[in-house]
Amino acid sequence: MTDVLQVARAHVLEQGLGLSEELLVEVLRLPDERIPELLELAHEVRMTWCGPEVEVEGIVSLKTGGCPEDCHFCSQSGQFQSPVRAVWLNIPELVEAAKETAKTGASEFCIVAAVRGPDQRLMDQVREGIKAIQAEVDINIACSLGMLTQAQVDEFVEMGVHRYNHNLEAAKSYFPQVVSTHSYEERWDTCLMVREAGMELCCGGLVGMGESIEQRAELAAQLAELRPHEVPLNFLNPRPGTPFGGQELMSSQDALRTIAAFRLAMPHTILRYAGGRELTLGDLGTREGLLGGVNAVIVGNYLTTLGRDANEDIDLLAELGMPIKELQKTL
Amino acid sequence: MAYCGHCGEAVDARDHARCAELLRMEPPRFCTQCRRRMVVQVTPAGWSVRCVEHGDLSG
Ligand code: SF4
Ligand SMILES: [Zn+2]
Ligand SMILES: [Zn+2]
Repeated sequence: MTDVLQVARAHVLEQGLGLSEELLVEVLRLPDERIPELLELAHEVRMTWCGPEVEVEGIVSLKTGGCPEDCHFCSQSGQFQSPVRAVWLNIPELVEAAKETAKTGASEFCIVAAVRGPDQRLMDQVREGIKAIQAEVDINIACSLGMLTQAQVDEFVEMGVHRYNHNLEAAKSYFPQVVSTHSYEERWDTCLMVREAGMELCCGGLVGMGESIEQRAELAAQLAELRPHEVPLNFLNPRPGTPFGGQELMSSQDALRTIAAFRLAMPHTILRYAGGRELTLGDLGTREGLLGGVNAVIVGNYLTTLGRDANEDIDLLAELGMPIKELQKTL
Repeated sequence: MAYCGHCGEAVDARDHARCAELLRMEPPRFCTQCRRRMVVQVTPAGWSVRCVEHGDLSG
């Protein structure tokens, strides 16, 4: 039997092809003592097919809480007894958040709302917000506002939104255990529309929600099939009051195996550390991930929780000799 | 301080060491004076919380 890392080297590193779902399962089952070797390979793959640059992004919640959906990991669902209260950011606060983000050297600013999909009020607020940001801040604007209609997709293109985030969240086979108010297929359809319209698609998910190793590999393979420009990888941060509030934190070894497996599944994609890295991997984890396939970070705070100080991440990138990807205006 | 800002339970009711740890990674959700759920805004470089009764706090 050939060793899975040998196969990955020939297939992924040398040819730039993603690893199959079956082999991803093997990668995710590698023993702890082979993790350094695995991370090293994932890092080589990233350096070869993406380069040393790291994409830095800031995110902000335009509308927090009170979401009608029931994603079991989410503290912003209105269906659970979560302590998160519903609140909106106003336009000056939104512009200020974009400025804070730009100051770190970030090229991306993502506006997020806890909704099933945008209604007219939200579309208007986003339009106004984007105009105000574009007038004052030099940064690419991304949005994450739930499921879209084709008309809304077209509207975002026209507003100048260059990237849209909509996660698969979980493998197709596990999705019904995570969400009951909408389907995996509905999420998939929005992702396709976004991609077809020419916006960059940002699509990822969460791990550590009680899924099996096979389902973790399945999620990576399904994401690879969507060919997103960027994949944000979240580690479950069990939120009080949510159905997954009692889940154990994923072990840091499993988290690192997952990072590397995602890189081997998608050698060309921007792979971003999203939520939960501080909790799951601790301070050292950010470094290990950046040397194990990750080439993008969210700096500063998340939507409802706090991240590391942005400067710590920026300093780390300098120390690792990884330049921050600069703003490229695609006009 | 009568209530835990993280879980909202009375400070004397139990040990809140874990809550204190978590409060380094998230803003408080409950007013420590009256236990009301507060309005919390998190932005990339900071956060602010407001209790309808006891006003603003930020970090
Ligand atoms: S749709 Fe988004 S905001 Fe709403 S519950 Fe699901 S993850 Fe949370
Ligand atoms: Zn407490
Ligand atoms: Zn109060």
